[in-house]
Order: sequence, then structure tokens, then C-alpha cells
Amino acid sequence: MSSLPSTEPTRAADGAGVGELETTSAVAPPRRVDLWGAGRRALPPVAIGVAGLVVWELFVRLNHIPYYILPGPLLVMEALVKDWGTLYPSLLVTLAIAGAALLVATVAGVAIAILFAQSRWIESSLFPYAVILQVTPVVAIAPLIIIWVKNIPLALLICAWIVAFFPIVSNTTLGLNSADHNLLNLFQLYGASRRQVFWYLRLPSAMPYFLGGLRISGGLALIGAVVAEFVAGTGGVQSGLAYRVLESGYTMQIPRMFAALFMITCSGILIFLGLTALSHLVLRTWHESAVRREG
Amino acid sequence: MIARLRQVDKIYANGVVALRGLDLDVGEGEFLSLLGPSGCGKSTVLRLVAGLGEVSGGRIEWAGGNGRTGLPRGDIGFVFQEPTLMPWATVWKNVQLPLTLRGVPLEEAAARGREAIGMVGLEGFEHAYPRQLSGGMKMRVSIARALVTHPRLLLMDEPFASLDEITRFKLDNDLLVLWARQRWTVVFVTHSVYESVYLSTRIAVMTARPGRAASEVTIEAPTPRDESFRTSPLYNEYCRHVSARLAEAIRS
Ligand SMILES: Nc1ncnc2c1ncn2[C@@H]1O[C@H](COP(=O)(O)OP(=O)(O)OP(=O)(O)O)[C@@H](O)[C@H]1O
Ligand SMILES: [Mg+2]
Repeated sequence: MSSLPSTEPTRAADGAGVGELETTSAVAPPRRVDLWGAGRRALPPVAIGVAGLVVWELFVRLNHIPYYILPGPLLVMEALVKDWGTLYPSLLVTLAIAGAALLVATVAGVAIAILFAQSRWIESSLFPYAVILQVTPVVAIAPLIIIWVKNIPLALLICAWIVAFFPIVSNTTLGLNSADHNLLNLFQLYGASRRQVFWYLRLPSAMPYFLGGLRISGGLALIGAVVAEFVAGTGGVQSGLAYRVLESGYTMQIPRMFAALFMITCSGILIFLGLTALSHLVLRTWHESAVRREG
Repeated sequence: MIARLRQVDKIYANGVVALRGLDLDVGEGEFLSLLGPSGCGKSTVLRLVAGLGEVSGGRIEWAGGNGRTGLPRGDIGFVFQEPTLMPWATVWKNVQLPLTLRGVPLEEAAARGREAIGMVGLEGFEHAYPRQLSGGMKMRVSIARALVTHPRLLLMDEPFASLDEITRFKLDNDLLVLWARQRWTVVFVTHSVYESVYLSTRIAVMTARPGRAASEVTIEAPTPRDESFRTSPLYNEYCRHVSARLAEAIRS
């Protein structure tokens, strides 16, 4: 990304005196991820979650609520373990669609953003259509897409992609256009080519924006995949997690339905955490969002 | 002659009239200071001299004027009022930027980079990121970046404003030494009377906005100058004179 080709000077080249040692240590690389601190930060939400589950279980038991109305968390866990054999393959199917959709959304989103950044004219004439695609409810167009595209997994992928690609396009476009004005002037002054401006200035400037968009899109890709599966569900794709939810509803296996839901939610959380970690990793050396402040 | 500005107006898109009828010559090899109150258009003049942005009226001629600036690229070093560094790149890569963009061979670029970083006293910080530096250090990186190409024309926009007096005096002297050695032309923006008298061969005093050159003072003190000049009667004399001119310019 920002790897300007250059030879690095060796640290403390000749005659490393005391002063030089001090200055070198002043710019030591950032410290490792603080697991203990992360654990401590995770404690309150985890505690609240556990407390919630206990209250839920008690509520269900004390009020003698039948399992087909609201199963307790223990029953859901039981169903999760018992039906793991069918749920887990379904999870993989849904994740594959969401992952593929996110990948295509990233590649296409960045490509479209780069196209938009080429000229205001292109941006202003095409951006509205990206918006239209974004605001049209995917539930409403999913049936059409499933009719048009015979290949069901491909149809699902398209639905998920429609939902996931907009944040990447809009964020990356914003990022590419928000390079520091003075830096642009500087590049101009030194006779930089369009390509150099793009690689050395616009792209690194857009990185935090792109990663922010990616984080949103990750969750949306999963939601898009699940929604599309719901729509397609009765059409006979017996595979994804959404289908398991539907199927369990029809057959009154409510604990299993909750187990499938639970898996969808957990995947969403893991996708979000994974993309957050990625963003942190890429930006850790320089961006405010990823840099730990001392004081 | 490096650049000649005649009756230059600059009106920004939002209607602010920054400059009106500005005449200014930038001569070969001189150390010219632009002195004026905040907001009078000093940065604007500097950007126009660099060929960044169009004039709204009047004209600018550059020596050998072909193309936009008439100056071969890389011949201008520009130190912006803000450090203007790439936050994702280390000090080393920031300083190397002009050379990278021009495709200077790595060995030569490394040597020049080390030289420029040495000039501003940032050895040992090559691998630091801008956020790890103090305001003054960032500014010195920016200066090193401008020096790295050995520019024929050096444009500096209040480069030392954020520095403490000790560093500032040191860099004043370093700059004078470099200027004498490299035969640069320097256009230096400041709102410090003392700094402008110490450094310059000529001072252009600007009026409040809309800015124009109200008067010029040639500092006929021998160069190279050193700290003894700061305490000399001649220096005091010039400071008083320039202060009076500045007060006049602001009133008019
Ligand atoms: N990009 C811009 N758009 C609109 N107005 C601007 C722009 N840049 C500067 N101005 C206006 O032009 C005037 C002159 O600005 P300039 O930055 O040249 O002043 P300056 O003399 O450098 O001031 P200072 O000493 O505070 O840096 C100011 O009134 C400012 O509001
Ligand atoms: Mg200014």
C-alpha cells in the first residue's frame, strides 16, 4: 500500500552513543496486543450475557412456558448439540455464501470506488444508482433474482452482494476523495503522475474509510445471505441456516430454531470481530483508531 | 529573476478577496521575506509563486517561462504552514517522497535523505511515524523533505513558527548557512519582524487583507550572518524601521 521503494537507513549506524540509543528506543515498534486488557474489557458484556441467560431460564421454568413458545437456553444448547450434525453443514453453506458475497462486494466495491474517484462526473452520474440498489429492500427483489437466476447459490450470492457492497463503495469513494489537500499540492509540485498520486496518496488515505466500510459490509453480507435463503427457502434449497430455521418452525422444533438463530448471530459477531482485528492490524502503525494513546 | 508578479489579484471561490494588485519580484539568489499580519494573504502569495492555483487577475511570469511554472519539476522546495506529512509513512519515507516520485536511484536517494535528515537534526527518528513526533519535529521533517531535492527555489511558510526559540535560532542559522552555500533563492513567510530582519536580504511588507506589497526594505547587512548580528546596533535599527513600516502597512 504505502511501500515507497527506498533503502532504509540502518538503525544506530555508526558510533551508537547514549543519546542515540535513547532516541532509537523512543521510536520502538508498537507493543504487542494486550490480551489481559482485552479480557478485562470483555468481562462486563460477558457477565451481562450470563446473567441474562440465567434470568431467561428461570423465567421459562417458573412460568412453566411450553418449549414451543419459548425454550429455555439449556434446551436450546441441548438442541444445538443434538442437531450439530445437520446445523453445522448448514452453517458452512450460509457462511460460504456470505463470504463469497463479501469478497465480490470488496473487489467490485473498490473497483467502482476507484472508477468514481476518476472524475466527479462519473461519480455523480453513477452514484445515484448505487444508492437505488442500496435502498431497495433485498427481501423485495430476492424473489425476482431467484426466478431470473436459475442457479440458486448464485442467486443468493447476488442478493447478499447487493446488500453488502454499498458501504464499501461509499466509504472507499469518500476515502479516495479525502486525501489531504496540501499533500495533493505537494505531489503536484513534484510532478507526480496520476498513478503515483493514486498509489502513494489516495489509496493510503482511503484505507481507514475502506476498512470501516468493510466492517459494516461483513455483517450485511451475512444478513443478505440469510434473508435471501429465507426467500428461497420454500423454493427447495435445503441447505443454509435460514432453511433450518424455517424447517424447524414448520415442524415445531422451536429449540432447534433458536439454536440455528444462535449460530447465525454468533457468526455475525465473529465476522465483525475478525474484520475489526484486520482493520486494527492494517492501521496499527499510524491511524488514530488503532493507535493506543499514552496520555 | 525567478518570478515576477504584476498586479496580481486572488479571489477565492467563496468570494474572499485575498490579494489585490500585488506587485512582487523574486530575484535570483535573494532571501526574500514576506512580512504581514495574519490573514493578509502571505500563504496565498507563496502558493501562487509555486504555481499552485490560478491568479484571478494580473499575471505571474517565471524565468524561462515554459509550461505552467517554467521551472523544471523538483526545482521548488515547499514547506507548508502545517507539516503536511503522510501519517502512514515513516519519517524516512516522508523525507524521501520527492525523490521517490522522481524515480531517483535508491542509493543516491538514501544519501540525500540522510543528508537532509541530518540538516534538521532528526537522526535516530528515521523509523518514527509522524504521530510519534512533537509539533516542532514534524515541521523539521517537512523542512527536510523540502531540502532533499536541493531546490533552486525554496518557499517556506512560517516554517519555524511552532518551534521553541532555541531550536528556531539554530535553524535560522542553519538555513542561512545552507542558503549561502547552495546559492538558493528563498521566499520566507513570517510575521516576526525580528526573524525577517535576521534572515533576509529583502523584506516585502504586506498590508492587511486584501494584501498587497506596501513597502520593501532591503537589509544591507553583510552575509553570512551569525548570532552576533542579533545584538548589533544595525540589527536593532532595522527592526525598528521594519516595525514602523509594518505598522504603517496595517493602518493603510
Ligand atoms: N482555500 C481558501 N478558500 C477561501 N478563502 C481562503 C482560502 N485560503 C485562504 N483564504 C482566505 O484568504 C485570506 C488570506 O489567507 P492566507 O492563508 O494567504 O493568509 P496568511 O497571510 O498566510 O495568514 P496567516 O499568517 O494566518 O497564515 C484569508 O482571509 C483566508 O480566509
Ligand atoms: Mg499563512
